[in-house]
Parts: sequence; structure tokens; C-alpha cells
Amino acid sequence: MKSLIKIFAIAVVLISAVSCQENGRPNYQFMPNMYESVGYETYSETAAFRNGVEAQLPADGAIARGHMPFTIPNTLEGYDEAKQNLMNPLDSTLIDFNKGKELFDIYCGICHGTKGDGQGTLVKREKILGVPKYDDAGRNITVGSVYHTIYYGKNAMGSYKNQLLDEERWQVSAYVMKLKADLEK
Amino acid sequence: MKQVIHRKFSKNIFRLAIVILLAFTTSISAQGDPAKGKALFNSNCAACHQLDKKMTGPALRDIESRLSEEGLDKEWIHSWVRNSSGLIKSGDDYANKIFNEYNNVPMTAFPQLSDEDLDNILAYTAEKKAEPAPEAAAAAGAAKASGEGDGISNKIILGALVVLFGLLAMALILVRQTLNRFAEAKGVDVKESSGLPLWKAFVQNQFLVLVTVVFFLLVGAYYAYGFMMQVGVDQGYQPVQPIHYSHKIHAGDNGIDCKYCHSSARVSKTSGIPSLNVCMNCHKSIYEVAESTATPEHSKEFYDGEIQKLYKAVGWDDTEQKYTGESQPVKWVRIHNLPDFVYFNHSQHVTVAGVECQTCHGPVEEMEVMYQHAPLTMGWCINCHRETNVKVKDNDYYTKIHEELSKKYGVEELTAAQMGALECGKCHY
Repeated sequence: MKSLIKIFAIAVVLISAVSCQENGRPNYQFMPNMYESVGYETYSETAAFRNGVEAQLPADGAIARGHMPFTIPNTLEGYDEAKQNLMNPLDSTLIDFNKGKELFDIYCGICHGTKGDGQGTLVKREKILGVPKYDDAGRNITVGSVYHTIYYGKNAMGSYKNQLLDEERWQVSAYVMKLKADLEK
Repeated sequence: MKQVIHRKFSKNIFRLAIVILLAFTTSISAQGDPAKGKALFNSNCAACHQLDKKMTGPALRDIESRLSEEGLDKEWIHSWVRNSSGLIKSGDDYANKIFNEYNNVPMTAFPQLSDEDLDNILAYTAEKKAEPAPEAAAAAGAAKASGEGDGISNKIILGALVVLFGLLAMALILVRQTLNRFAEAKGVDVKESSGLPLWKAFVQNQFLVLVTVVFFLLVGAYYAYGFMMQVGVDQGYQPVQPIHYSHKIHAGDNGIDCKYCHSSARVSKTSGIPSLNVCMNCHKSIYEVAESTATPEHSKEFYDGEIQKLYKAVGWDDTEQKYTGESQPVKWVRIHNLPDFVYFNHSQHVTVAGVECQTCHGPVEEMEVMYQHAPLTMGWCINCHRETNVKVKDNDYYTKIHEELSKKYGVEELTAAQMGALECGKCHY
């Protein structure tokens, strides 16, 4: 009878040791002050700012280094202006369709389709519907209107200006016009 | 003669067929074919319109009958669809009213849609709203019940086993007691263990004690080493996130590229937690999950609730289709954490080296709940640097140094380690 109690006690100890495996919280650290950054980590919480987060918006009117401000406004008139007057600042030697395709397939192809025919994976799976073809006559897109749409978004499409850099947006716009030309063939 | 008759006969049949065909097609164009209309609606209209929900444009269920109440006929709809801005400029009252109601966003013109196409689309919009099929609900209920049934039956089996073992133990104890009683009754002397107890014999044998002590020391050292080595290693870390985001649904089933959301992995040190506007690129349109997305563990209601959490955090009013301006940050729990004394740059690995995300992060596209796949220890980093060849193809930056170094080491292809990826100062400074 006594040995039964002993076996039971050992089993309890072993089970409790095994059940300490807990994936919901991080492990112990040897020297936390060498692991945890003194400076703010990206996206960390901090009391330094009023809303408690480290990631802050730049001050109004600030222009990040290496970026050019985009002066055309997010309005219908702005869209028309971009459609008619905005040209690609990259000349033909700087336009790289390989790079454009790579970025297009990541950010646009999922809805617009890798050929620009509006048949992306999300459309085929009926998650998002009504994605237009690039050669749609009623829209008649130009490189300027494409850039404006990438920058601000349009109707159900969101803005992609924080996922693509200035130059990358122009590469993608140029690639979109290539796809449009291919579709119109 | 016969031939001629025959030809005439076939000609007659041909004519008859044409007449029948024409009659049939006109009957279709008069009524409109909802099935064709659905296809047209999904490819042309669904970007901005839904049948029962306000999107960029108004809901379109029964639009024809609703507009006829306003005194507008089919012709008005046709001219609106083909050229809405022209209709607005012509000073049409209702056209201007709608235009102003929807924030002066003009509808794209669809001059390519024929009368027949428009009739088909209107036929589709005139269809009655499909009630959620009770059979499907019942089937789902049954599936749920059977799922619960499995859990219950498992528990029953386990419980039965426990009871069985309990009974066995009881039986053994009872048997022992009865045997003892028999022995007493018959006068048989049950011998207690003779001579020295086992543990006393053990203590007296010094060699055996030494061996046992050494054995326990070694075992202890083994486990102590194992325990010490896993301190600070978070492999398998799987915290509960504030919004249940399934990488399996997004990256796996729908095939969205990792870099769509983690776009800064291409160009910066951190791969980045996507800001909520990236979610809203798709979830502005996707306000509920499909029935087929639901799994036995997570129901459709559960996933829809998670999308509502997103709307609340980003401040999106789904019925009014606009932002309220009241947003709150989502406290995502960071999983992959390198110690402060290590420098790691995502763009260096993703863009320059062309390493797949899955090499370090594991099969993320299969993870319903994200966890840390790799140990992220120094040994693990170094091992990969030793084994991975540098991709120099189409990378002029490396051509010259690669040629010189491969001559120096006498190898065809350089590993990252031979390019200096083992130097302390590359990661620790």
C-alpha cells in the first residue's frame, strides 16, 4: 500500500515536469538586460508618446529623404489631371519590366491577374469580384492614372503607396501599360 | 430529280431551324437570363455594387422595380450604365441625386454592354434573395454534433479504462487479503524477507554505490546541460494574438505572397507588422468569410467576428462604408525576437540573397496559428551560412569578388561563409 502511494507521487512529479512545456509564453532568458533593447524596438510600446506606440506618423509636411512629394490631390479632378498630364519620370532605359513584373505579381496580380485581365487568384476564388481588365474601354487608363490609382487607391481598391517606393510605383505603372498593350493586341 | 427534292427538303429544315432559333433567342432577350447576368454582374459591376449591401455604389437588388417606383424606365437605366456622367450633365434630377448621395464618385461608363447584356444583369438583380438553405444549416449542425460525439466517445472510452484499472487494482488487493487470511487460517507462516534488506546490502557494497553515484551525476549533468541550452530559445513559441489571423487561409489557400503584407522585408531591416490599411485593401470588400472557409475548429461566425475586430480597430463603419476616424492600435504579440546584441537585416536575406521566407519561418502557409519554426540560435545561423551557396547569377555586384574568392578557395561556388558571413562583426557590434 505504501509503495502504491510512492509510485503515485513519482508519477505526479513526472507529469507536472512534462506539463511545464508551455508554448503560449516566451522562454526564460539568461541575461535579460542583454536581450532586451534599451532603445525603442520597432513597433514596441512606449510611454514616450501620447498614444503609447513607438511607430509614429511623420510630422505634417515632412518629406522623407530620397522621396519626392506627390502634389496631385486625391480627388476626381486630380485623377483626371494625372490621367492627362502625368508622365513616367523614368525613361525607357530605366524601365525594368522584370522588376515591374516581380512587384506586379506580388501586389497587383493577386486580384488583377498576372496578365492584367482581372482574373487573379482572389477573383477566381470569388473572394473579390468585378476587377476590371486593363484594356477596359470605359476606363481607358494611362500611365498617369495608374500611378494616381496606386498612390491613392480608387473605389474598392486601397492605396499601395506604403508598400511600394516612388520608383517601384513607376516601374509597376509602366508594366501595367505593357500588359494593357498586350491585351489590346 | 430525287436529289433536287432532297436538297429542297434540307433547305426547308434549315429555314425552320433558323426560325425556331430566332424565336428562341428573342424570347431570351425579352426576359433576360439570370445565369448569364450573374457572370456579367460579377465581372463588371461587383467591384462597386452588391445585391444587398451598400458598397462604393448602392445595393442593386430589384433595382428595376425600385426605379420604376421613381418613374424611371429601363431606358433610363441603359443610358445611366452606358454613360452616367452624360446623364448627370444633362440635368436629370434622379441622376444628380444619386451622384451627390454617393460622394460625387462617378460610375465608370460601360458602353460595351449590349441591351441583351443589360437585360441579363437586370434579370439577375431581380432574382429573389436566396434564403440560407435549411438543409445546409441542418447538415452543419449534424456535422457539429457528430464532432462533439467524437469528443464524448473518446472521453467515455478513457473513463471506462480508468474504471477498469481501478477495479483491477481493487481485485488484486482483495485477492491478497483473502490469501493472507487463508494462510492464517491454515497456520502457514508467511515468511517475511529473510536476511539483510536489499538497501542495506546495497549500502554495504561500496563499488555499487560509487557506480550509482557516477551514473546519477552523469544523468543529472545531461539533463542540466539540456535545460541550460534551451534557455533563451523560443522554438515553438505560439502566443495567442489579439486578432485570430490565419496564415493558412491568407498565404496558403488564397496564395497571397508573403511580401504583399510584409512589404518592408524587401527593403528594410524589419519584415514589419502590416499596418491595418493593408488588411483593408482586401477586407473593405471581404466583410465575411465564405462557408467553405469555416473549419471544424473555427466556425464562420468566429472568423466573421475576427473581421469585425479588424473593423473596430481600424475604425471602419461597414454599413456606411466609411472610416469613423476612431482607431486603436492592435497589440500584436511579437514571436520572432532576436536578442539585442544580434544584428539581422531582412532585406539582405530576402532581396539580395533571395532566401525564401519559409527557409527560416517554416511552413507558414500551413499555420492556422503562427509559431516560431526555427530555434534562431547562433549555431543555426552559422550552419545555414556554411551550407548556403551565394547566388551570384544576375548579380553584377558579386561577380568580381566571387571570381577572386573562388580562385582563392579553389571551389566552383562560394558559400556565404566563404564570403565572410562567419565573421563576428557581421552580426555583433
